[in-house]
Amino acid sequence: MKKSKILLGLALTGVLAITLIAADHIDAPAVAGGKSDITDFYAFQGSNTDNMVFVANVQGLITPTASSSASFDENVMVEFNIDNNGDNVEDLVIQAIPRNGVMFFFGPVAPGTAGTTSMVKTEKPLGSISITPYGSEPIITTNNGAKMFAGLRDDPFFFDFGQYSAIIAGTATSFNNPGSDTFAGSNVMSIVVELPKSLLGGTGTLNTWVETKKK
Amino acid sequence: MKTIKNIVATASILTSILFVGCSDDDSFTSQPIDSQTEIDFSGTYTQQDQMGRPAINTVFVSSGNKDAFNTTTPSAMGASFQSAFQTKLLALNAGYTTNLLGLDAPTFTSVLATDVLNVSTTAPTTFYDGTNVLTGRALGDDVIDVELILIFGGPMAADNPGLTSDNVGSNDKAFLTSFPYLASPW
Repeated sequence: MKKSKILLGLALTGVLAITLIAADHIDAPAVAGGKSDITDFYAFQGSNTDNMVFVANVQGLITPTASSSASFDENVMVEFNIDNNGDNVEDLVIQAIPRNGVMFFFGPVAPGTAGTTSMVKTEKPLGSISITPYGSEPIITTNNGAKMFAGLRDDPFFFDFGQYSAIIAGTATSFNNPGSDTFAGSNVMSIVVELPKSLLGGTGTLNTWVETKKK
Repeated sequence: MKTIKNIVATASILTSILFVGCSDDDSFTSQPIDSQTEIDFSGTYTQQDQMGRPAINTVFVSSGNKDAFNTTTPSAMGASFQSAFQTKLLALNAGYTTNLLGLDAPTFTSVLATDVLNVSTTAPTTFYDGTNVLTGRALGDDVIDVELILIFGGPMAADNPGLTSDNVGSNDKAFLTSFPYLASPW
C-alpha cells in the first residue's frame, strides 16, 4: 500500500502539471510554488506537557526526487506570532532564518513593531541548528530550554483534495469511502521548535499564527 | 449542492506548477550560537504569507483577494473579510443555518475571518475532539473533517452526510512520539 502511495505521489507531483491548493499549500498567487509559501501550521503540547511545540511547513509537494535539492531561502524569515492578551496583535515572536546550512532561531521576544514588517531580533538568540540533509537522521539541538529542528519531513497534512475539487467542480456530489490522501508520498520543508510554556508570556488561551517575511 | 460550484474558480485558477530544484546548498557546518552576532541579519522583512487555521484562505477567500488576505494582520482581518467569508459560506452551503458549535453564519464567519489558531496552555491539544474545541492543532487532528462538519453538517452534524468527511482519517506515515514529531521524508 505504501509503495503504491509513493508511486501515486510521484505520478501526481513529478510528472505533469498539478492543481493543488489545500491546507495552505499554494494558497495565493504571490507565494504559490515559491520558498515563502506556507503549507501548514501546528501548535500542540509536547511529549513533555510543560512544553509547547510550533511547526511551520513551507514549500509543499516536494517529490522524493526533488528532495535532495530542496532548500530554505536565506531571504525568507519564518515568524511564529503569539498574542497573549486576545487582541490578535502579536506580543511575542519566534523567528527562524537560515544562513549557510544552519537555521537560526530568535525569541520569544516582543517584536520591534507589530504587523507586516519585521527585523531579525538578533539581541534575543534562542539557538541554531544545522539543517538536516535529505536522507539523514534528524539533527536536533536543545538550547535555552528549547529544542530546534529544520529540514525535510513527510507532509503531515492529509486530505482527499482530488475529490473535494471534483465536488467543487460539480463532477461529483460526495466524497468517496475510502478517500485518497492527495498528499501521500510528498515532503515539505519543516521548522519545528519546542519550548517551555513559561516562555510564552501567559497561561490560558493564546492566539497564534505563522508568517513568512521576505527581504 | 451546485451552489458550491461557485468556488470552482479557486480550484482552477492554478493550472500548472513546476517544481525546480534550486541552490544545491549542501554545506553542513555546525555553528556555535556565538556566531549569530557575526552573521548579517540586517534588513527589513516584509510579509508574504500568513496562516492560522488550516485551509481558511483556500476555502473562504476569493481568488482576487488571496494575496491581500495573506498580508493583512489578524487584528484587521475581521473588518476586511468577514462579509466576504459569509457570502462564501452561503455559496458553499446555501442551507446553512447554524453548526455543531451553535454558530450562525455571521458569528461563524467572524471567527473564521480572523485567521489565528487558538492554543490552550493548560488543556490537551485538539482541533476538536467532541469536548475540547480549538485548543491547538496536533499533527494527527483530522482538521478537514472538522471544518467540513462545521460548514456542511448543520446543527446536529447530520446534514449533507456525503460532504462531512473526506474519509481520509490519518496521515500516510506514523508520527514520532518525540521531537521533531513529524515523520521522516519520503
